[in-house]
Amino acid sequence: MLLGRIQVPPSVQRGEVFEVRVIVQHPMETGFRRDYDGKLIPLHIVDRLACRYGAREVFRVELGSGIAANPYFVFPVVATDSGEMVVEWSDDRGEKGRVSAMVNVA
Amino acid sequence: MKCDFARQTAALLLASLCICLHALAADPARPVPAKNGSEFESADVRALQSDDFANPMALWVERGKAFWSRTFDGRSCAGCHGDAARSMKGVAARYPRYDASAGEVIDLSRRIDGCVVGGLGAQKLDAESDDLLGLEAYIALQSRGMPMNVSVDGPAHATWEKGRGLYFTRVGQLNLACTNCHDASWGKRLLAETISQGQPTGWPAYRLEWQRPGSLQRRLRACFNGVRAAMPPYGSPDLVALELYLAWRAQGLPMEAPGVRR
Repeated sequence: MLLGRIQVPPSVQRGEVFEVRVIVQHPMETGFRRDYDGKLIPLHIVDRLACRYGAREVFRVELGSGIAANPYFVFPVVATDSGEMVVEWSDDRGEKGRVSAMVNVA
Repeated sequence: MKCDFARQTAALLLASLCICLHALAADPARPVPAKNGSEFESADVRALQSDDFANPMALWVERGKAFWSRTFDGRSCAGCHGDAARSMKGVAARYPRYDASAGEVIDLSRRIDGCVVGGLGAQKLDAESDDLLGLEAYIALQSRGMPMNVSVDGPAHATWEKGRGLYFTRVGQLNLACTNCHDASWGKRLLAETISQGQPTGWPAYRLEWQRPGSLQRRLRACFNGVRAAMPPYGSPDLVALELYLAWRAQGLPMEAPGVRR
């Protein structure tokens, strides 16, 4: 299970645009670097990440090798109903990660 | 009469303040004013460090926190030390320090490792491993804002002397000592980099160049590499002595670990 963190405001008004912040721990090896022995370090990246708000997908990203290690995402979401914000991602070796936070709409 | 007394007191205070200031200015071993490493970073790096969510070290702090309560045969860090926020407060600011059972000065990572192997009976944590850096970051976080406070008296003194010796010794093909940059030239530019004072208060830190966290020892090794000198191995007495000297040099400066560095 890959490690990540998510942050949403403690409470939001209905209709308000709020920020979701996500950070994922990953080396994001480009596949172009070489180690001290000159051997190519194989590609190892998170290649997809998606966020669901309740039943609805609100954010999805496909990552390439140009993204820095431990990628950090911030995106705006319109508050509709109280519900769980779930972020799931996986890397090119099939490892998965999941974090979630409750959105409380006042 | 009362007025006289007040004037005398004021004069005395002023005089002692002058002496203090003079003593500070006269101490060539410490840069004045002392500045944490983050003050030499760009605004965006500083912002990243001060944001407890976006600071990538938070991921390793989380990892350290998880390790803190993980059980090994019924034993855990929390089992002995309880709540880290209480028991580990100020601990990182006192390291490196003399350890009676080791018979020498050790740094925080070795102290942690001693506990992990001896106390938990777990596998030794490798230098620069995620778990060790995580624990170190989690423990260092509990001292954030507290002044560096190492002891260089008694049994630690010889190590401090050794560290001071190394600090002022020119090494490598570039023939530079630590002091040539970090005392004589701090604040000046070295290509795109602003030379810092070499204060150790933000370590372990996330270094953007490494794309991951590293210990102070790794940073020191990078400096050795930079002046094209042989890098002392991790855990070597030389590195620990330098760590102690740097910690003493930063005495009183608030800890800002876990930091972010370029």
